[in-house]
Amino acid sequence: MRRRFVVLAAVLLLGWGASAHGAEQLKVGYIATMSGPAASLGTDILDGFKLGIKHCGDQLGGLPVELVVGDDQLKPDVGVQVASRMMEKDKVDIVTGIVFSNVMMAVAGPITDAGLFLISGNAGPSPLAGEGCLPNFFAVSWQNDQTHEAMGKYLQDQGVKTLYLMAPNYQAGKDGLAGVKRYFKGEIVGEVYTKINQPDYAAELTQLRAAKPEAVFVFYPGGMGINFVKQYAQSGLKEEIPLYTTAFTLDQSVLQAMGDAALGLKNSSFWSPDLKNPANEKFVADFKATYQRIPSLFAAQGYDAALLIDSAVRAVNGDLKDQDKLREAFRKADFQSVRGEFKFNHNHFPIQDFYIREVVENEDGVLTNKLLGVAFEDHADAYAAQCPMK
Amino acid sequence: MDPLLIFIQGLNGLQLGVMLFLMAAGLTLVFGVMNLINLAHGSLYMMGAYLAATVQQRTGSFLLAVLLAIPLTTMLGMLVEVTALRRLYKRDHLDQVLATFALILFFNELVRIVWGPQAYFMAVPELFSGYFSILPGVSYPIFRLVIIGVGLAVALLLYLIVSRTRLGMLIRAGATNREMVGALGVNIQLLYTVVFGLGAALAGLAGIMAGPILSVEVGMGESIIILTFVVIVIGGIGSIRGALIASMLVGLADTFGRVLLPPALASMVIYVLMAGVLCWRPQGLFPAYG
Amino acid sequence: MAKLKFPRLQQLILLSVVVLLAFVPLFGDLFYLRLFTRIMIYAMVALSLDIILGYGGMVSFGHAAFFGLGAYTVGILARFGVASAFLAWPAAILVSVLLAAVIGAVSLRTGGVYFIMITLAFAQMLYYFFFSLDVYGGSDGMPMVARNTFAGLIDINRHTTFYYLVFGIMVLILFVALRLMQSRFGMVIQGIRDNERRMRSLGFATYRYKLVCFIISAAVAGLAGALIANQTLYVSPSFLHWTRSGDILIMVILGGMGSLVGPMLGALCLLLTEEVLSGYTEHWMIVLGPLLIVVVLFARHGIYGLLAGTKQSG
Repeated sequence: MRRRFVVLAAVLLLGWGASAHGAEQLKVGYIATMSGPAASLGTDILDGFKLGIKHCGDQLGGLPVELVVGDDQLKPDVGVQVASRMMEKDKVDIVTGIVFSNVMMAVAGPITDAGLFLISGNAGPSPLAGEGCLPNFFAVSWQNDQTHEAMGKYLQDQGVKTLYLMAPNYQAGKDGLAGVKRYFKGEIVGEVYTKINQPDYAAELTQLRAAKPEAVFVFYPGGMGINFVKQYAQSGLKEEIPLYTTAFTLDQSVLQAMGDAALGLKNSSFWSPDLKNPANEKFVADFKATYQRIPSLFAAQGYDAALLIDSAVRAVNGDLKDQDKLREAFRKADFQSVRGEFKFNHNHFPIQDFYIREVVENEDGVLTNKLLGVAFEDHADAYAAQCPMK
Repeated sequence: MDPLLIFIQGLNGLQLGVMLFLMAAGLTLVFGVMNLINLAHGSLYMMGAYLAATVQQRTGSFLLAVLLAIPLTTMLGMLVEVTALRRLYKRDHLDQVLATFALILFFNELVRIVWGPQAYFMAVPELFSGYFSILPGVSYPIFRLVIIGVGLAVALLLYLIVSRTRLGMLIRAGATNREMVGALGVNIQLLYTVVFGLGAALAGLAGIMAGPILSVEVGMGESIIILTFVVIVIGGIGSIRGALIASMLVGLADTFGRVLLPPALASMVIYVLMAGVLCWRPQGLFPAYG
Repeated sequence: MAKLKFPRLQQLILLSVVVLLAFVPLFGDLFYLRLFTRIMIYAMVALSLDIILGYGGMVSFGHAAFFGLGAYTVGILARFGVASAFLAWPAAILVSVLLAAVIGAVSLRTGGVYFIMITLAFAQMLYYFFFSLDVYGGSDGMPMVARNTFAGLIDINRHTTFYYLVFGIMVLILFVALRLMQSRFGMVIQGIRDNERRMRSLGFATYRYKLVCFIISAAVAGLAGALIANQTLYVSPSFLHWTRSGDILIMVILGGMGSLVGPMLGALCLLLTEEVLSGYTEHWMIVLGPLLIVVVLFARHGIYGLLAGTKQSG
């Protein structure tokens, strides 16, 4: 009875609040690669985002949410088309999602030019962090280089002398290795770029073995990572030369497909399922209960995106008209992030801690990541200085 | 590069070539006998890998996985042939490309619904999980040697089937003159289904062998199908001998290209090779007919 | 094959589509304006492929290469401050023409499936070239700051203006292409498609005719590429990817090849279906796949064949 009263009061209050302050519902556009081989990231982020909405009382910022999902097919021009549909036909208030940098680079301009806020759930390309930073763009994830920088720092701290680098030959791969080199000061004995989506690495592994490095760092996201890690172990290199990488290669969504080959591998990340803070414990437990799997870092990013939007819309009482106020609210990032402390830099990219994790088998026999230590505290990205925004 | 390194890279190239041959042999057979461009050949490869991975995960036995997945893929192939592709033999190549492209989309989504969007795991069988020491300090994964062995054995077997058996005779006759075979009273529809099944079995086998070293995932078929087409075109359509030689050529060119050239050029190597070969011999190296 | 049973109907379809498209800006909002601009650009690419595919019998699996070349030419020129469409668009056509001359000269030595694969090979080479071209965005591609200018005559940054410009170009190209295919050149090309040996023995330099046809087709695709760069204001290697060539092929076959109008309808239907289906389910490909098979199996001359009546056997 009492409960019903509270709900009733809330509804009345909300109704009043909405009529007084503009919007009656919040329309969120979610754009990601939802079909084809690269679809799993987009699905993961969306699952996290939906759970975030649920935790905010099936609302965001006190407003009922209508979620519009669009598939960019990993083609920048299709992304622009979908963004145009969301802005002009669906009339969404906020756009989020966007997994891949190339799509992000194509849609960031049109969306923010139209006066909408774009909250990246994943992609954090360097141009948007530096000179091309945008007032209405926020990355709730990371800047592409950051996670790699953390591993570079760790390898430097470990006193590694010679390092061998490998990544796919595309922008994110080059950004990644640049990030490692920014903090690793030892000798780079090899830097190899492989064809994108290359399935077999036998030839490259043979060259790697011949170079006899002290350690190896690779960046291979998704299916490429599964192939690489399996083949690295099968070639016997895993016992000879330690392999280091980032969370994108050893993410929860690919670990089971790697099997024992992934056990014991160290990687850097801004987040881990066993991170100790109340928000994260609630997120991980409820995610497992809802989707019957351990969340990936992509799901964590989606969840945080929902909470960030909730905090900003709540701070302006659902009044989406006043852009400057809403932007200030976003900049405050006043929400309980699953990664603990979270704040935005002046370029709207996060300043956050980075951790070193290790792949272990948990009590259920499922492979997962375990925290080992901290690589960076309050780490900002390398491009912020070039961003003219204050 | 020192000679030892060249030798190991040669093995790597050979192993890639053998995988390509398993795919190319089936594709070129179907192409040669039924005059069908089957883009969905890669989907059968993917299905082979998924089926084998599932059986292996349930039973823990790689042998059982092979024994079950090959016939299942064969039957799946025959099913597709009987229900859809059979209608396409008389159509022009373009209709075939479109229809089999549609099949790819269909199979990819089917796998995503049945097995989920995340990649699947398949382990290297216990028996072959070690390394073989070629020289002290120089080892090579046994499973990759097994792949080379299986591939060469299949090549030999196919040679025997094509040159020594009645089925082989019909295949050769079909590749040369389709109408004549039908006119001679051979049940041509059955022949087509059997040939397609054989191609599917080979694709499935390739998928099973690839499963332990690669990620079993949606889209794995597309990454190999283009390379396979490159192989059969270089080799000459319908020619198994051409497919064998071309797959070795492509395997070695790709491997050494990756090692020796900058990445932008390495990505182009096989396409340059194909354009070069076709420029020199517009019908491929061993044109089977025409 | 060139003749249809219901030529009146053909004209009617053509006319009604053109008229309908002319009125889109009047009752559609901005979204539909952009969507149909995009569709018309793809319709042009589909038409350009139909010139070599439907009329010349040359199955190119690398047509996206010319589309992408046009887009990149405009994008790169914009980087150097060349914003005038009077310079950039002819340049896009010229680059496509030159590359087509080289690619065509080599590829046309082959035929059938070999031709399919060699055109794919050249397209892949160009794809990897732009993919590795870090100065111009590499794999991520690069944005264009603004649409091209017309020396102050018109401002295509206004969506309606751009729409009508694309519309005008499309109608013009369609008209010219229809005339071209009915001209002596078009007849020779179709003759070569049906029986090359006969045409050669009649004294036609078939190789040269095919090459010219290939180049004309690439020129149109290059122009369409220049337009798509203006439409999305973003240029990336995904324009040259082989799946894009596949999409264009599907448009042509779906619409009904060898009719010029059909492939344009194919572009319209494919992009609209994609737009509608992907709004309902993320598994839209499982619907689109079987849909395509059904069209191939039961509507042999594509949508156009269904609308205008089946063609006589060719």
